[in-house]
Amino acid sequence: MTKQLHLDIVSAEKVLYSGEASMIYATTELGDVGIAPGHTQLLAALKPGDIRAVLVDGAEHVFYISGGFLEVQPYTVTVLSDTAVRAEDLDEEAILIAKQAATDKLHGRVDAVEYAKALAELAETAAQLQAIAKLRGRRH
Amino acid sequence: MSSTKEIRTKIKSIRSTQKITKAMEMVAASKMRRAQERMLASKAYAHKIRQVVAHLACGKSEYQHPFLKDRVQKRVGYIIITTDRGLCGGLNVNLLKSALLAIRAKHVDGIEVDLCLLGTKGELFFKRFGGHVVATKNHLGDSPHVEDLIGVVNVMLQSYQQGELDGLYLIHNDFVNTMVQKPIIQQLLPVTLNEDLTKLQYHWDYLYEPDAKKVIDVLLKRYIESQVYQAVVENIACEQAARMVAMKSASENANDIIADLQLIYNKARQAAITQELAEIIAGAAAV
Repeated sequence: MTKQLHLDIVSAEKVLYSGEASMIYATTELGDVGIAPGHTQLLAALKPGDIRAVLVDGAEHVFYISGGFLEVQPYTVTVLSDTAVRAEDLDEEAILIAKQAATDKLHGRVDAVEYAKALAELAETAAQLQAIAKLRGRRH
Repeated sequence: MSSTKEIRTKIKSIRSTQKITKAMEMVAASKMRRAQERMLASKAYAHKIRQVVAHLACGKSEYQHPFLKDRVQKRVGYIIITTDRGLCGGLNVNLLKSALLAIRAKHVDGIEVDLCLLGTKGELFFKRFGGHVVATKNHLGDSPHVEDLIGVVNVMLQSYQQGELDGLYLIHNDFVNTMVQKPIIQQLLPVTLNEDLTKLQYHWDYLYEPDAKKVIDVLLKRYIESQVYQAVVENIACEQAARMVAMKSASENANDIIADLQLIYNKARQAAITQELAEIIAGAAAV
């Protein structure tokens, strides 16, 4: 029996590749690794770089990914790819922007939620919607 | 005669409104299909990362991440996903209602609540009714990217890691089918996995590279991000489906109103003709 691996390359937004391969090379944070069928379970962080997959027919596929994880089971390999290069300081910046947006927009707000008022308004809107639905039902 | 003209103008204006609602219905239908495709496309990642995290959570790894440990709740965070635009039926109303009830339940237990809002509808709502909002993000568009969510999600993760929050929940609409969307509350932190845990009691553990702590740290962060992303994409599909249904019923209602008005118009026209005839005949008889 020819040994082969099932390779899935997925990002949070879409599936990039799914198919059989006989050997996979990837760039982890500690260096390049080659994964052959029957490899022990491994979970490794990937650096931005290439994933090379040697397909069963000997053809080679190269995928560029911007970091992520490599999960290895003896006969399946999954690459959980990031959608963009992630740097700590960029993440920090995004956090600040999100916090700023909250303080800017909600200036002068009260801290305690006014349930009674809010629930009353929601109930009213829901009732209106129901009434409209009922009215529609009667017409037909 | 003026009343027939008024009715005619009214009919015309309803017709043009109907044209708009019909167009919106068709736009929503095609957007919904695309949103559903996106929802399916991102499911692979969410599913896979869930499997890996499930394994980590019950593995006998020497490193226990704070995301996996239960804490006594003093303050919790809610990520609430709403739409940016209206005209989508009761979608946001129902969602905000269940969010409010959940927040109230927490307050009753003496637990403080921090809010993280995605979408302008939620923002507007909590601006009016108060609440401790720590992060917001809106105008994600029809095809959001994970990068757009990093900021808001990490605000919450950071507070959790620093011990300011003891739990994190996600409230979004669940796409049951085109006609039915229902709000659901999902616990993100501490990570809970409802899969049958006994099934997952493996006798092996991963080799970690570079080391368990680093990998698990980043992996759990990605896991939460992917869950939120999945919820955002699903909410968009819900929005489009709800809008499609709402616009469809609006178009049908317009049809009904036009039919009613047409009847009134015909009657008014007939009455005017009859009256004119009566006047002519009366005039002729007098001669």
